[in-house]
Formats: sequence, structure tokens, C-alpha cells
Amino acid sequence: MRHAAESNARSSLASSLAVQWRVIRALLMREVITRYGRENLGVLWLIAEPALFTLGVSALWTAGGLNHGSSLPIVAFAVTGYSSVLMWRNTASRCNSALLQNFNLLYHRNVQVIDVFFTRIILELAGTTASFTLLSAFFISIGVVEPPIDMLEVVGGWLMLAWFGASLGMVLGAATAYSELVDRIWHPTSYLLFPLSGAAFMVDWLPQRAQDIVLLLPMVHGVEIVREGFFGDAVRTHHDAGYMALCCLGLTLVGLLLVRDAGRRVEPP
Amino acid sequence: MIVIDNVGKTYQTRQGRRTILDGVNLRLEKGRNIGILGRNGAGKSTLIRILSGAEHPTSGRIYRGMSVSWPLAFGGAFQPHLTGLDNLKFVCRIYGVDYREKVAFVEDFTELGVYFREPVSHYSMGMSTRLAFALSMAVEFDCFLIDETMAVGDSRFHERCHNELFVKRKDRAFILVSHDANEIRRHCQAACVLHHGKIHSFDTIDEAYAFYETATV
Repeated sequence: MRHAAESNARSSLASSLAVQWRVIRALLMREVITRYGRENLGVLWLIAEPALFTLGVSALWTAGGLNHGSSLPIVAFAVTGYSSVLMWRNTASRCNSALLQNFNLLYHRNVQVIDVFFTRIILELAGTTASFTLLSAFFISIGVVEPPIDMLEVVGGWLMLAWFGASLGMVLGAATAYSELVDRIWHPTSYLLFPLSGAAFMVDWLPQRAQDIVLLLPMVHGVEIVREGFFGDAVRTHHDAGYMALCCLGLTLVGLLLVRDAGRRVEPP
Repeated sequence: MIVIDNVGKTYQTRQGRRTILDGVNLRLEKGRNIGILGRNGAGKSTLIRILSGAEHPTSGRIYRGMSVSWPLAFGGAFQPHLTGLDNLKFVCRIYGVDYREKVAFVEDFTELGVYFREPVSHYSMGMSTRLAFALSMAVEFDCFLIDETMAVGDSRFHERCHNELFVKRKDRAFILVSHDANEIRRHCQAACVLHHGKIHSFDTIDEAYAFYETATV
């Protein structure tokens, strides 16, 4: 279906991929300038925005003296927790508004619905990852946070959260083409999910019944993995990467199916 | 060749499903052109959106054997934060064209001056229109989709658009939709009428015109 302006032959997979990459790159550049502009920090806002959030929450929690009944360093706890939330919440929210805001781009034959989602997912994941990395590096360098015990595990958990954010984003983004209700329901849901997502607690602090319930939420496993990597034996974590992967895989499949059909359903706003 | 094969389009409305296009068939050879006449609300813009790929038909299919433009002079994809130059770069990147080769043409055609490097949100209506048309000409297509754009702008702009499109690119195919029969008579080799979701084809433009004047009122 895709084609380049210079060729009108039915395109092969390789040339389709080339077009797709070109389109996503162009969309990325456009989106960055559109969202962050050229004034003051510009593109750096991509990192600064989540960083400010995380900093604020860390400050609040520190000031509030919430030590959560444990000896965990509060800054490290806040950075890992809040960055994880941003990973799935922002990605999903950005995808949610993607079709409405970008419908007019679909007039260009080369731009497909999935490119619009990929662009937002890439930007959001990149921004959150960069801010998480920089914040951690900053706090570690001034000695507020200890370096992670198991770097590889932090990366692993983080990648799982990224996968969860991306697949959730696709599902919710494409679902908006079916019903406006999706957007309306997502906002309260995301607020309700925040306290349950494991950002502000460790699963181990909860009673057994509550543990079983929160562990149904895939992102809780991701946060626990990241924290195990960060704190090592200092904390007892509960996670099942297999269960989380299964959830993400399911969401990915549903997301891809919905995205394929969203292209047929989408109507001008 | 472009083939519109039994294309239908329905929309869900409060009053149930509304059929906008109902089994539309059309075929356009490379280098040929056709005008589609239709009253307001006849489904012209829907047909153009489907042809451009922005929307998919509810039934039937579209075969595009040549590259098809976005609706000519369509400015809806402009980002107000982006400058005219940014928008040129964006469009060129999407279609794999080197924007540097197009800057001179767009600057010259749009006569935007310093505004070419200012955000589009600062543009007047006329400036946006000129930019939109120039961007449409920056990428070369086999077939252009034209949605009554010639109606906007002053006569000088009119003439320059006419020159770019119908003189310099007279070897290309195009599909022109309009409610103005004179416009179609001036530019098109063939014409058909879109009425109540159906396409009515005619051998000559005059027959199409006669049908349009009598049957669709």
C-alpha cells in the first residue's frame, strides 16, 4: 500500500520499511518542535518535563518524612517509582490523543495510523528513559542515591515497563477510533491506577490478600524488578517477569489488531 | 491507472447509519483527468479523502497504480508552531525529497519573505494558502487531487496556480471535484456527476453538465 513519490511500483517489504522509517523520522522531528518549540530549553524539555515531576515528588515525599515504615532511601524510592509511572501513563495518554491531533497527517498517503502511534511511543519512552537515567546519575553523583546493585536487572525491569507502556499506548490509542469513551474513561482510570501501580509502595509491605490483588497489575512487577536491581537484598520483592511478559504480549497483539482496524475506522474530527 | 472499485462509505450518525458513497466506480488512466461535479454534501470531499488514503472505504477497494497527491493546497496538516520552512522540510522528508532543492521554488512562489522562517500561526489566510499550494507542488505526483482549491485567493494567485498545475504539469493526471461546472469545463477532459452517493458518468462534459443542472437540483 505504501509508496514513495518517485516510484509507483508495488513496494516490497524492504522499501516499505524504508518509507516507514523515513515517515517516523519526519514525524519525530515535527512532534519534537511542535511540543517543545525552539525557545528556551527546546528539545531538552523532553527530559526536563518528567525530571521536574520526579524531582517534585521526591521533594514532597522527603519533606513529608514518609519513610514508608522502612529504611529505604526515599529519593531512590521516588525516582524509581515515579519514573515507572511516567513510563506507562504518559505513553498511554499521548497515544490516546494521537489520532485526534494528527488526523490531518493521514492525508499524506505515506503516513499510516501506526506511524503516528510509533512516533509518540518512541518519543515518550526516550524522554522518560533519558530523564530516569540523568536523574539517577545526578543523585548518584552527589551521593544521595547509591548506585544500583544489579544494573542489568534495572535495565531489564525498565525494558519490561517500556514494553508495557508501548503496548498499552497502542491499545488505548487505537481504541479511541472506536469510541470517544476510551479517552474519558482512561483519565480517571490512570489516576486510580497510580496508587495501585507500585510507585509509592513495595508489594512486601502489603498484607497477603492485597499483594495477590496488586500483583495482577502488570506494571507492579516491572517496578519491583527495577527496585530489586536498585536495592538488592535490602528489600524483599515480589515479581513474575513471565506473567508480565504474557500480559504485554497479549496487549501487543490486541494493540496491533486494533491499530490495523483503526485505520479503517478513523474519521475526521 | 487508478481504479475506484465499487466503493461505499457510510458514517454512523445519531440517526443511524448514513450512506455517503454507494457503489462508486471510476477509472483514470495515467495522464488523463476527470472532473467530478456535485452539490454541497454530495460526498465530494469524502471521495477525495478516500482517494488520498486519509480514510478507508467501508466497502469496495481502491487500486492506485500511480502516486497520488494529498488534496491539493490542503493546509490542514500545518502545525502552527512550525515555520513555513519546517513544514516544507516535513513534507519533503515524508516523500523522500531533498528539501534544499525546493526552498527556492517555495520561497519564490509563496512570496512570504521573512515570514517563510516564522511560525505558520503568524500567517494571514492568503499566506497559508500560498504556502499550502507551493508545498503541494514541491513533491511530484502522477496524479493530483484537487478539491475546489482554485476558488480561493486573488486572481494573480489563481493564475500562478493555474500555470504551475495545468501548464507545467499538463502531462499529469488529476481528479478535480467541484460544484462549479465552469471550472470543470475549463480544465477537464471528462466529467461525471456525484449525486446521492452514486457516480453518473457521461460521454461528454456537456451531457454531465446538463444532468447536473436538471437532475441534481
